[in-house]
Amino acid sequence: MLEIKNLQVSLAEEDKEILKGVDLTVQAGKVHAIMGPNGSGKSTLSYVLSGKDGYEVTGGSASLDGEDLLELEPEERAASGLFLAFQYPVEIPGVGNMTFLRTAVNAQRKARGEDEMSAAEFLRVVRERAKTLKIDSDMLKRPVNVGFSGGEKKRNEILQMAMLEPKMCILDETDSGLDVDAMKLVSEGVNALRGEGRGFLVITHYQRLLDHIKPDVVHIMANGRIVKTGGPELALEVEQNGYADILAEVA
Amino acid sequence: MGIAETRISQLQDRVVSLSIPASAWNAKNRAAAVDRLQSMGLPAPRDEYWRFTDPKSLNAVEAPTAALFDPKETDIFDTVDRLEIVFVDGVFDAAASDDLSGANMTIERLSDAERQDTHWAAGCYGALEATGQTPVQRPFAALNTAYATDGMLIHVTGKVEKPVNITYRRANEKSDVLLHHVIKLEEGAELTLLENGPAAARLNKSCEVFVADRAAFHHVRTQGRDHERRAVTHIFADLGTESVFKSFTLTANGALTRNECVLRLNGDDATAHVAGASVGDGGFHHDDTVFITHDAVGCESRQVFKKVLRNGATGVFQGKILVKPDAQKTDGYQISQSLLLDDDSQFLAKPELEIYADDVACSHGSTSGAIDEEALFYMCSRGVPNDQATDLLTLAFLAEAVEEIESETLSDLIVEKLEGWLERHRP
Repeated sequence: MLEIKNLQVSLAEEDKEILKGVDLTVQAGKVHAIMGPNGSGKSTLSYVLSGKDGYEVTGGSASLDGEDLLELEPEERAASGLFLAFQYPVEIPGVGNMTFLRTAVNAQRKARGEDEMSAAEFLRVVRERAKTLKIDSDMLKRPVNVGFSGGEKKRNEILQMAMLEPKMCILDETDSGLDVDAMKLVSEGVNALRGEGRGFLVITHYQRLLDHIKPDVVHIMANGRIVKTGGPELALEVEQNGYADILAEVA
Repeated sequence: MGIAETRISQLQDRVVSLSIPASAWNAKNRAAAVDRLQSMGLPAPRDEYWRFTDPKSLNAVEAPTAALFDPKETDIFDTVDRLEIVFVDGVFDAAASDDLSGANMTIERLSDAERQDTHWAAGCYGALEATGQTPVQRPFAALNTAYATDGMLIHVTGKVEKPVNITYRRANEKSDVLLHHVIKLEEGAELTLLENGPAAARLNKSCEVFVADRAAFHHVRTQGRDHERRAVTHIFADLGTESVFKSFTLTANGALTRNECVLRLNGDDATAHVAGASVGDGGFHHDDTVFITHDAVGCESRQVFKKVLRNGATGVFQGKILVKPDAQKTDGYQISQSLLLDDDSQFLAKPELEIYADDVACSHGSTSGAIDEEALFYMCSRGVPNDQATDLLTLAFLAEAVEEIESETLSDLIVEKLEGWLERHRP
């Protein structure tokens, strides 16, 4: 589904290489986790895949179901089924959460040549999905992420994901800033979306999140490359021994 | 030639083609305005009050030609149940207007009323303009009081349910129009005034509003989208105890617009809100100049101005809050902000506070900024196309001003107009 080949990326403003040849394939229906120390390039990978400005792809490729992602605008990537849950969801004063969600859902449907969702149908679906994430009607009415707690912001990301029904979800440190209860709630939200051929790429520092969202494959990223790939046991190894051993082993 | 001589000679040229309409009760008001005007002359380019806006085309003997523009849309307030009054190039159009009568108010044309021997407006016409000349001179307002050819005199004695809507159409590329309205709200009276349309190639419009104790005046206007029209407008209002004055203006396009709003809070616990949203693309110059005087205890005033500028458009804001020594417990708020959609546009702001009372809360702010790129990317990453996301962020920026309109029906109409404009003016 998601196929990344030898992806090389520099910061556009300065001549600094962040990704130095990333190879990664996520199969449909699988959950892959990427772990790695600070500065290894995990977040950069998520931004480059979703099309954020400020990065220059100097080599390699990234495709979703055979479609070249790097050629597309961010909104086109979204419409073709890519979703990034932000590490720091952005506050948008003046734009209502519900308005934003509905605009996004219908924009994607329009881009795919599908019928727009009626207001009534949208309301029904959003209420039902918000409920399971314990998002109340007040949060839906408020401006996007404005005045939300860390946990509320992350739950709101998962609600967007649930409404947009992407093929491929990237979760960038979704566990950061969450207490145990919030992490459980968010994980349940993610797990509910597993299956149906949906792929996940879960970026995290800690094994903790992976207790809740059980990965099929774990990758260790360091210094702009995937340095080791294994099963869920790899995450436990990191938890026990830190990254140093693994990095020493592959050096 | 010195500046003083320049002002006077400009004035002499300007008024050559104008004549003072004959009037019984109003003759002395008009004559007094002529005297004020002659002592001031017309604005000179170096005047502090005209530092950001060049008065040249307003001073010019003839109105610069402004091509007619067909917006191909119905008038904004068409769906509102209202009493409509229509002017075409400054001339009252009786056939297009509704019957000038309604419960709890009288409406007359200035030009009709001036033929009468006496009138309730005798002590009102030009009165607020005259006091509004200090501490800052407003020559175009004096010019208007002296030479206005028509206008509406509205006397409100109770709550008026239907808004009064003055529509200003334009059919002439050279029309040069002076209109003067006087609105008097008696104690506890309520009126909503709606204004829309381009009015003239060059419009000079003045509106004096007397808001008595516990009366409420709501005002929503849109200035026509004609690209080449010019306008200088004044709103003067005096507010009594516990009265309410709320005015909102939407300005789209226009070669030159100078909107002055001069408010005096004379009665305790009065509320005055003046707000504006303006959008400009290209050769557009829009100036909001506001002067609010607090002269009573416990009054609240708000100034909220938002401007969206692109392709070399210019936005100006000059806003002043003057708090007199006895105006304790004043709550004053002033914000002026621009959203610059490119590097060619500019926003010039001069916020001023002058406070002589010691127990007041006044805050003011002025900012210029671009679209928030983080928010834009966030929205696009959810599948919202870039231009649609930009529109949503722009509307969000304008929202604080639009929300000053109390009626949701009216604010929805304004938002609809803004959405249309933004969609047509995408890069």
